[in-house]
Amino acid sequence: MARPLTRRAGRAGQYLALAAYMVFLAFPLLWLLSTALKTPREMALLDPTWLPRQPTLANFAAAFSEQDLLGGALRSLVVALACAVLTVVLALPAAYAMARYRSVINRIAIGWVLVSQVFPFILIIIPLFMVLRRLDLVNTLVGLILVHVTFVLPFALWMLLGYVRAVPRELEEAAAVDGAGRVRSLVSVVAPLLAPGVVATLLFSFISSWNEFLFALVVLKDPDVATLPLTLAKFTGPEGVVRLGPLAAASLLATIPSMVFFAVIQRRLRSGLMAGAVKG
Amino acid sequence: MTAAHARRRTAPDRGRREMLLLMLPALVPVLVFSVGPLIYGIALSLTDAQGGRDPSFVGLANFGDLLTDGDFWGSFRIGMIWALSVTVVQFAASLGLALLLNQNLRLRGLARVLAVVPWAMPPVVIGLMWRLVYHPNAGLLNSVLRDLGLIGQNIDWLNDFSLALPAVIVVGVWAGMPQTTVVLLAGLQSVPKELHEAAQMDGASVWRRFWNVTLPQLRPVIVAITSLDFVWNINQFSLVYVLTQGGPGGQTRLPMLFAYEEAFRYGFFGYAATLGVAIVVVVLAVLGLYLWRQMREAN
Repeated sequence: MARPLTRRAGRAGQYLALAAYMVFLAFPLLWLLSTALKTPREMALLDPTWLPRQPTLANFAAAFSEQDLLGGALRSLVVALACAVLTVVLALPAAYAMARYRSVINRIAIGWVLVSQVFPFILIIIPLFMVLRRLDLVNTLVGLILVHVTFVLPFALWMLLGYVRAVPRELEEAAAVDGAGRVRSLVSVVAPLLAPGVVATLLFSFISSWNEFLFALVVLKDPDVATLPLTLAKFTGPEGVVRLGPLAAASLLATIPSMVFFAVIQRRLRSGLMAGAVKG
Repeated sequence: MTAAHARRRTAPDRGRREMLLLMLPALVPVLVFSVGPLIYGIALSLTDAQGGRDPSFVGLANFGDLLTDGDFWGSFRIGMIWALSVTVVQFAASLGLALLLNQNLRLRGLARVLAVVPWAMPPVVIGLMWRLVYHPNAGLLNSVLRDLGLIGQNIDWLNDFSLALPAVIVVGVWAGMPQTTVVLLAGLQSVPKELHEAAQMDGASVWRRFWNVTLPQLRPVIVAITSLDFVWNINQFSLVYVLTQGGPGGQTRLPMLFAYEEAFRYGFFGYAATLGVAIVVVVLAVLGLYLWRQMREAN
């Protein structure tokens, strides 16, 4: 008799716990949104309101005029785009080679991918800074692009390796039997199947570079070449309460690229693009 | 026969050359900008390299200085408290969330999306967002606590000597929960249903089933993700730099912030490299001990 009762109590407990998690996860986000929509007058109130009384978009406009956020965003865009394209151009041939030939290099490369995930950046960033200084690349976007490419490469290679392995070798062999040359089979058979993987890797590299802070902080000392995360971090300083609105607005805008990336990836993961390729 | 033999030998040779050629574009930047600097960095730790000067070899002198440097030990202690508490709390919270998400509950879809959102945010933005939450006058936290009657006056969370570190740890947990939850959820979903059904037939309670079926099956996943979390946490920089810059009075100065200041504020490159090496050694030792114990218990 007691069984269903405890069961129902258990369910209620589960919902309670889930609600607690959702509050913890969601409230900082809602607060950011709420702050971004408040007027300066409302921000200055002694007792902060939970929801903006007169929601305004003025903070978004203010964010761009007040500090060099637009410049920061443009520089971030240049760095992230260059980083994404360069990374894929460099990693794709290597991923193809690793997927198609077996060799000791494979193991070393995969070992390096793992090591690079856990190494403290500080140990690399000091000598790297000295190298960049010698090459006169400190305070240049080129220097930052090089650093970002190097640090995104291992994981991008890993991602692409998975996608190349998923393209069956039989397809290339079939193309060869049909008389297609090596290049032709790569271009017209392998490339279309790899396209989704390449897009995902491009996006991943773009986001990693767009969000990156520590290397940018070390490489770009000059505020005139600061990228978006640097400009945002500097935004705070000894701020008055009134400046928090534009800060929240700018933070939200800086998050948009990553959000788009995650939305795209989630759909990609489910669609199973390879499903029909071998059957035909 | 000889022709066939020759062809068999040249084909793999050509393949190897082709492979090297294809890998070269990726290999060069990795060698020049990360393997090289890594070795250079370890070498630097044995020198007195500073801002403008040419470095000269000093052997293990930096390591000697490190052992007697009170600031380093303070930072090291804070780093260990930070990394261990974030890893443990993150794991407990994520396991709970993963277990809930694995149940057939309403709103599960929304909760799953929410659980992944922090993953998609730049660390700088996470730091700024939490500064807004912790803000003494305009912050959400003080407002809620005051409305509940729990505090009389506003607290400056990130500038309070005893509260800053716990406050920062909470942010660390929030920021790192998605990865851990997703990995644990994937682990839970790969536990064979038959095991649970068999245990249920034998009359095992929910709690016993969790303890004797789920946890042992999940063990490899748990060991892997907690190890990774620990390493990521001890290497954390951006989040705490944006939140407190290591303050107040060094109460949240993690080892990475300490090393960053030594190198780029004071210009002690050699000493900062020594710090990096020391942290790697400690991380490897802690991980080695942990993995060794886990393996021994698993056998």
